[in-house]
Amino acid sequence: MANNHIGPKRLVVGAHYGLRDWLAQRVTAVVMAVFTIVTLVLFFGASDFSYEGWAGLFAQQWFKILAFVTFLALYYHVWVGVRDIWMDYVKPVGIRLALQVFTILWLLGCAGWTVQILWRV
Amino acid sequence: MPDAVARRRFTNIHVTQIIRYRLPASGMVSILHRISGALMFLLLPFVLFLFDKSITSEISFEFLKGYVSHPLVKLSILAVSWAYLHHFCAGIRHLVMDMHIGLAKHESVKSARAVLVISGLLTLLVAIKLFGVI
Repeated sequence: MANNHIGPKRLVVGAHYGLRDWLAQRVTAVVMAVFTIVTLVLFFGASDFSYEGWAGLFAQQWFKILAFVTFLALYYHVWVGVRDIWMDYVKPVGIRLALQVFTILWLLGCAGWTVQILWRV
Repeated sequence: MPDAVARRRFTNIHVTQIIRYRLPASGMVSILHRISGALMFLLLPFVLFLFDKSITSEISFEFLKGYVSHPLVKLSILAVSWAYLHHFCAGIRHLVMDMHIGLAKHESVKSARAVLVISGLLTLLVAIKLFGVI
């Protein structure tokens, strides 16, 4: 028992989603950072703050898909972060579950709205 | 481990003590990372609304211009901008530290100060642009 707690033979328990979500949080962060920089460069590179310049950017199919993927990354990232907040501060299991379910539904709703916004341009 | 013995035991502080409790810069960045994240989560529909109006049509774009001229809307946009900029800078710091760079205590305090200063200055730029001081 004494040697079970450290090293490669340690006793691992739990649902095993910790590492996956930890990694996903970082990968999605990189995706969002890249998108932010690409968008800023393209937008300020065009140098006109007009509707045509802004909407023209999102009218291109490749940019639409890039934006869509970034928003999906955002929602996954938000899920991990907000779930962490609920797990840290909300102890009653019932309320925590309700908040987590609400968060998932809310983010799915936002994802639907995002699709509508992106593919209307 | 004499250090561990000499070290003061960790204690939880009461919620009313938070205001008087002086956090190091790295602690400030940590809690602000969470607060900025929570703020952006709450303001997500607001941001999507702005994005929707900005892009749907020239008419909605014109509507947005009028809407954004309201001071409270400007303040909300500034709040989201700060949250985004802070979260962005603190996130980059996290990613760098994940690569085991700058983990020592004095280095982490330094990089935390850099995060606070850089995100603060960028927010100031947004404020200047937003309120049209110059």
